[in-house]
Amino acid sequence: MIPAHSSITSLRGAQLRKQSPVPNDLDRPFYDACNEDRLVLQHCGACNRFQFPPRAMCPRCGNPGLAWKQVTGRGRIQSRVVVYDSPVSTLIPDQPFNVATISLEEEPELTMLSHLPGVPVDKVPIGATVEVFFESTPATGQKVPEWKLVSHEAPQTPR
Amino acid sequence: MAIPIAPHAWHRNREGLGIWEGRGRVVATGVGTSPTARRWDEKPDTSMGALTIMAIRRAIEDAGIMPDEIDGIVLTPESTTGVSNDPNAPAPAGWDSVFKSVDYPQAGITRGDIDWILLNMPELKNVEFRMNGPVCMSVAFTTAAEAVSRGLTKTCLVVRGWHNLGGRYYVGQGAAALDTASGPAKYGSIWGMPACASTAMVFEEYCNKYGKSHDMMAPFIVEERRNGLMNPDGYYTQHRPEMMTVDDYLSGRWIAKPANIYDNDLPIQAALAVVFTTPELAAHHKLKPVYILNHAQTRPELQGAVPTLNEWERATDRMGRMLYEGAGIGPEDVSFENMYDGFTLFHQFHLEGLRFGSRGEKRGYALDLYQTDISIDGPNPVSPSGGNNGNGRTRWWNHRDCILQIQGRSPSQIKRPAEIGISGAHVPNFCDALVWAASAD
Repeated sequence: MIPAHSSITSLRGAQLRKQSPVPNDLDRPFYDACNEDRLVLQHCGACNRFQFPPRAMCPRCGNPGLAWKQVTGRGRIQSRVVVYDSPVSTLIPDQPFNVATISLEEEPELTMLSHLPGVPVDKVPIGATVEVFFESTPATGQKVPEWKLVSHEAPQTPR
Repeated sequence: MAIPIAPHAWHRNREGLGIWEGRGRVVATGVGTSPTARRWDEKPDTSMGALTIMAIRRAIEDAGIMPDEIDGIVLTPESTTGVSNDPNAPAPAGWDSVFKSVDYPQAGITRGDIDWILLNMPELKNVEFRMNGPVCMSVAFTTAAEAVSRGLTKTCLVVRGWHNLGGRYYVGQGAAALDTASGPAKYGSIWGMPACASTAMVFEEYCNKYGKSHDMMAPFIVEERRNGLMNPDGYYTQHRPEMMTVDDYLSGRWIAKPANIYDNDLPIQAALAVVFTTPELAAHHKLKPVYILNHAQTRPELQGAVPTLNEWERATDRMGRMLYEGAGIGPEDVSFENMYDGFTLFHQFHLEGLRFGSRGEKRGYALDLYQTDISIDGPNPVSPSGGNNGNGRTRWWNHRDCILQIQGRSPSQIKRPAEIGISGAHVPNFCDALVWAASAD
């Protein structure tokens, strides 16, 4: 169990006050791995395809025998928005903030989300390389994946 | 007894199925629309259920038939995409003196319910076919089309009501007010995205890929509001009859940049009912029948946390090909399109999938098309209904207008002959769509 409020900085431009996700039986392997600073995703052997969020079966072929596999956590920033009107109470004080889609190296069609801590709004380098790290969330300490810039080399103009 | 939904075999969700077996065997005639309101004032006679009953009675009257001719109902039970009461919350004071209640206490308030409708509309005494079209009225329309074509119901109502309670739509309410997140929503909610954000992300990707920008949306937004303000049944006509300008749009406050307040549709209270029947029975209805030539479905690939531009382009391309194949037509046959627009930023994905207004382009042309004459008077009428943006959030103005256009009585009637129109909703990779036509030939 991760102690509550561990390594929380809660500073605008750094870590945002995310809700703490509460694991269930289906996604516990994902969240347990996050607490060990590892990114694991469900993989369908029949389709040779990763997926996230976790599901009981592969949505493409119906295979219920999905395996958890570790991935590198490297990817590229695919797109972004700047949130000015979040519904989530804990995040409203941090507005405006980035939410970016991260296209994973192992499965470019698989997108995960990021606040890109430390990247100013409207300065998100689309196409830049990122890597995963794990961030504790305030309410329970449950860790979640976040991403940080590795390279600012971006094939497209920052927007 | 639980009300069923359409079996999967009814879905037309892949290419190669050929002409739809029901082509030309199902028509729409009567349309009934309730008044609109911004929010519910908690009085029984302005509830979503009351509006639904009103819409049904108007549709039957519009068709010129008797209530006992109705033998089927297909209904979308969800009546919001925002906040609902607790499912077990009691009805407000005075409710029981106006309506009879079923076991589900929120029926008629924050959820549509066929049993509740039948209990409170004794004139519908011959309804034997009951089916739900969940999530979106487009699902109810395609379900009803299959049901009539298969002979399971001969004269069927397609129904959806919308409620909108007090308070802000999502913000700081329910699960969003907590410091923990549970259930399937947690994968998105911890990032704090408003509902429009995933659409805005794909739109941003689209703009990056094709060199377009958010301000190119402005002519479309303004034209939709113009079309909506012609509609006496629309929310803006009834309550805020002011035209909006390009400057209004461009100065709208950001919600999730590049989506601003005007890219988000306004939640309202309203209800619609439509009469579906066979061409033979429609001969004694008082309105011109509108033929359904085909319907089709797309569903999400569910690989990532949010969809990608590639997925939305694949889904809408496939939708276009499926619709044309099953209807036996091509893009050049389409007089107008009324694809969904709430959020406005995904309308162009639908439009490009249909190749509407294309001069040979496949992708990345819609925002350029928006800079041309897309009015109801022009050669490429885009969203003549005005959609949600021009009328308030219902996900059905677009379908309704296809029927009215082809019957020649749309309040925003297009200038060119309205022979074939296409409507579909909702998001580009989760869409049920229909081809409507003046004849089956």
